[in-house]
Amino acid sequence: MRPMFQRAASALLVTAALAAAPIAPGIALAEEQYMAVPSSRVGPYSAMGTGYYGGIIDYMTYVNKTGGVNGVQLTWAECETEYNAARTVECYQRLLTGPNGQKMVVFDTLGTPGAYAVINRMAEDEVVLAQFGYGRTDAADGRVWSWVFNAAGHYWSQIAVKMNFMAQVEGGVENMRGKKIVHLHIDSAYGREPLPAMRQIAEDWGVNLVEISIPPPGLEQKSQWLQIRRERPDWVTFWGAGSGMNATGMTEAARVGFPRDRMMYVTFGGAEEDMVPAGDAAVGTYVVANVVPGKDFPLVQQINEVVYGAGAGNLANPERVGTVYWNRGVAAAVMWVEALKNAQAIHGKDGQAVTGPEFRDGYEALDFTEEKLAELGMTGMIAPFKLSCEKHDGSGRFKIMQWNGEKFDIISDDFVAAPDEGFIRGLVEASAEKFASENGMTVRDCP
Amino acid sequence: MYYRQAGTYRTGYAQDMRLMPLKEDRILLGLVLVIAFAVLPFTASDYWLSAILIPWLCMSLVAMGQNILMGYAGQLSLGAAGFMAAGAFACYNLILRVEWMPFPVAILLSGLIAAAIGIVFGLPSLRVRGLYLAVATLASQFFIVWVIDKFGWFKNYDTSGIITAQDIVIFGKAFTSPAEMYLVVLTITVLLTWAAMNMARGSAGRNWQAVRDMDVAAEVMGLSLLRTKLQAFAISSFYCGVGGALFAFTYLKSVEPAAFDINLSFRVLFMVLIGGLGTIIGSFYGAGFILLLPVFLNIFFHALFGKAVDASITSALEQVIFGVLIILFMIYEPLGLAKLWQNLQERMRRWPFKF
Repeated sequence: MRPMFQRAASALLVTAALAAAPIAPGIALAEEQYMAVPSSRVGPYSAMGTGYYGGIIDYMTYVNKTGGVNGVQLTWAECETEYNAARTVECYQRLLTGPNGQKMVVFDTLGTPGAYAVINRMAEDEVVLAQFGYGRTDAADGRVWSWVFNAAGHYWSQIAVKMNFMAQVEGGVENMRGKKIVHLHIDSAYGREPLPAMRQIAEDWGVNLVEISIPPPGLEQKSQWLQIRRERPDWVTFWGAGSGMNATGMTEAARVGFPRDRMMYVTFGGAEEDMVPAGDAAVGTYVVANVVPGKDFPLVQQINEVVYGAGAGNLANPERVGTVYWNRGVAAAVMWVEALKNAQAIHGKDGQAVTGPEFRDGYEALDFTEEKLAELGMTGMIAPFKLSCEKHDGSGRFKIMQWNGEKFDIISDDFVAAPDEGFIRGLVEASAEKFASENGMTVRDCP
Repeated sequence: MYYRQAGTYRTGYAQDMRLMPLKEDRILLGLVLVIAFAVLPFTASDYWLSAILIPWLCMSLVAMGQNILMGYAGQLSLGAAGFMAAGAFACYNLILRVEWMPFPVAILLSGLIAAAIGIVFGLPSLRVRGLYLAVATLASQFFIVWVIDKFGWFKNYDTSGIITAQDIVIFGKAFTSPAEMYLVVLTITVLLTWAAMNMARGSAGRNWQAVRDMDVAAEVMGLSLLRTKLQAFAISSFYCGVGGALFAFTYLKSVEPAAFDINLSFRVLFMVLIGGLGTIIGSFYGAGFILLLPVFLNIFFHALFGKAVDASITSALEQVIFGVLIILFMIYEPLGLAKLWQNLQERMRRWPFKF
C-alpha cells in the first residue's frame, strides 16, 4: 500500500504545483493577447463543443499565421467544462488569469447554464461575456448589461423568426389564428428561454401554444410525443440540447407520424451532428441558422488552406470544416478579433495587448457592414449588424434551412427578420429594466 | 514512533470523553485549523479559494449528510441533490422575503426546512430496505426539483427560472470576496463537522449503527426504529440542505433547479463510497476525490501536453483515468480513502519497524 500511496501523493503534489503555476504573476509579453477557451469536448454535448471551439481555435491559429491582430499574436488556454454549470465556474476562475499573466478579456460558455452561472461576475472582473446566440436574452440591453453581448441574435428573436416563417408557409399571419404550436423543450432555463416572447406572439396572433417539457438529458421522449399525437399540433418548435436528444426527437416524431416539415429545430440542435444520427427520420426538418454552414465562403477556404493545409487544424476530422458548429465558432472568433482591432484603434494601442475594459469598448463598436463582411470573406455567412451602447444584440436575423438527408438546403435567400423587431426589442428592454430594478443595478445612460 | 498511544493516561472522565484522545491528533488538527483559518485566506489565490476550496467544503458537508444516512444508519438513499436544492431555494426565499433575516439564521432555517422534507421522504424507510429504499428516495430527488421548477413562486417568477443568490451579509458586513466567503463556509463546515463527529460517537450514532447492523435486533433491544431512522433522515437532510445552500450562495451564485439533478445525487453517493462509509473524515476525502480530481487531471493534461495533443482526446482520457481510478480504489481499498489515512497512522505508530 505504501508505494502506491507515495506515488499518489507525489502525483498529487505535482498536479497541485502545476495548478498553482498559472496563478503566479508572470510578465506579459507586449505582443501577446491571452484568450480563454472554456471548451466542452466530452459528454452528451461534445459534438457542439468540439465543432464550435474547434472553429474558434482554428480561426485564432489562422490569425496568428497571417500576421496576428496588427502584429499581436493570440495565445490561449483551454479548460474542460463538460457543459456543466459548476465546472464552468471552475473554468472561469481558472482561465481568468492566463499562463502569461494577462487577464482574460472575453468568455464564451457555449451554453445557457454556464452563461447564467457566471453572468453576475462579469462587471466586477471586467470580462466580456460573449453569448453567441444563446444565454440570457435581456442582456441584449446594453444599458443594464454593459459587459454582456448577444451578437449573433438571441432566443427571442429566433422564436419570432420561426413564427414568422410558419406564418409565411401558412399564407400570412391571419391564417395563424386557431393554429396550434407545441413548444417541446428540454426542462431547463435554456428550454424556457424563448417562452416570454413566444407566449406574447401566440397571444397576439391567436395561436394556441402548448408547452411540453422533457427532463434532461432528454433521451426519453416517448410520453411527450404521445401527448403531441393527442394534441395534433400544426407545428412543433423543438428546443433540445445535445445530438442524442435532438436525434431522438426526430425519430420519435417519425414513430408517431408527425411530419418533419412541420418541425423547427433550435440553433443548438440544427447541425449535421444532430441530423445524421436520426437517418431518414430527419429528412425535411427545418432549422434556423445564425451562421450559415458551407465550405464555399472565401474565409473558410482560406482557413482550410492555411491552417489545415499546414496540419495545424484543431478538428480531429477535417471533414467537419464548414459544418454548422465549426462555422459558428469561426464567426464567434472573427468577432473577438475584430473587437480586438477596434479596441486597439479606439485606445491607441496598435500592436499592443488590450485590457478587459478596452476590449469591451471594442466589442461594443463592432460594425459588420456588407463591405466589412466581403473584406473578411464572409458575405452571406452572417447577417450584417452593428452593436451600440444600448443595443447589445446583433441582427436578430436567421436563415431557414431544411435537412435533405445529406446536407442543409437553404430555404430563404435572405436572412429572415422577426415580424416586428421593435416588439422584441421592447420585450428585451422591459425585462432588463425589471431585472435592474429588482437587483438594484444602475441603468447606464447611452448617448 | 511518530505517533504513540502508549503513555496516554486518562485521569478523569473529561479526558476520557475527549473527541481526540491522542495528543498527536490534537496537534495535527490544530495545525490544520490554523492553516485553514489564518493562512489560507491570506495566501491562497482567488482561484484556489473560490473554485477549489469553497466547493470542496460545501460538497464535504453534503457528503457528510449522505454518510450519516448511508454509512452510519445504513439507509441507502439517492436524494442528496434534491435536499441540496431544497436548502438552496429555501435560503434564497428566506432572504428574499424576510427583510431582517440574517444569513446565519437563514442557513440554519434552510437546513431545518430540508430536514423537515427529509423526514417526510424518510417515512418509506420504515417499510422498505436496501435498494428498494434507494428507489423510494429517488422520488424525493425528482419531486423536490419538479416542485421548484413547476411553481414560479420559488424562483420569484423569474422567466428563465434561474435565481441569483443574494450577497451574504452578516451583521451588516457583506462577505463577497472569495476569502470572506471561504471563511463563512469554513466556519460552518467546522462547526457542523464537530457536531457530526460527536453525534456519530454518541448515543445517536450508536443507535444508527445498531439499526444499520440489524434493525430487528435493535428494535428488540428497545430502540424505536421510527425515531432512529427518521432522526437519521432529518440530520442527513439538514447537512445536505446547508451544504446545498452554501454551494448555491458561495460557489454558483446563480442557480437553476436543473443544477441539482440526479447526476449530482450519484456523485454524492460516490463521494461517500470512495471516502469511506461510516467515517466523518472520509466525507472530506471523498468530496475531494470526486470533485477535484477531474479538475486536477484537466489542469495536468493541459499543462503536460499543451496544444500538442488534441484537447478532445485529453478530455476523454481524463474521464477514462478518473473511472479507472475509482475502480482501482474499490478493488484495493474498498473501505475508502479514510482507511488509507488510518493505515498511514498505523505505519507512523510502528515506524521504523515493519510490524
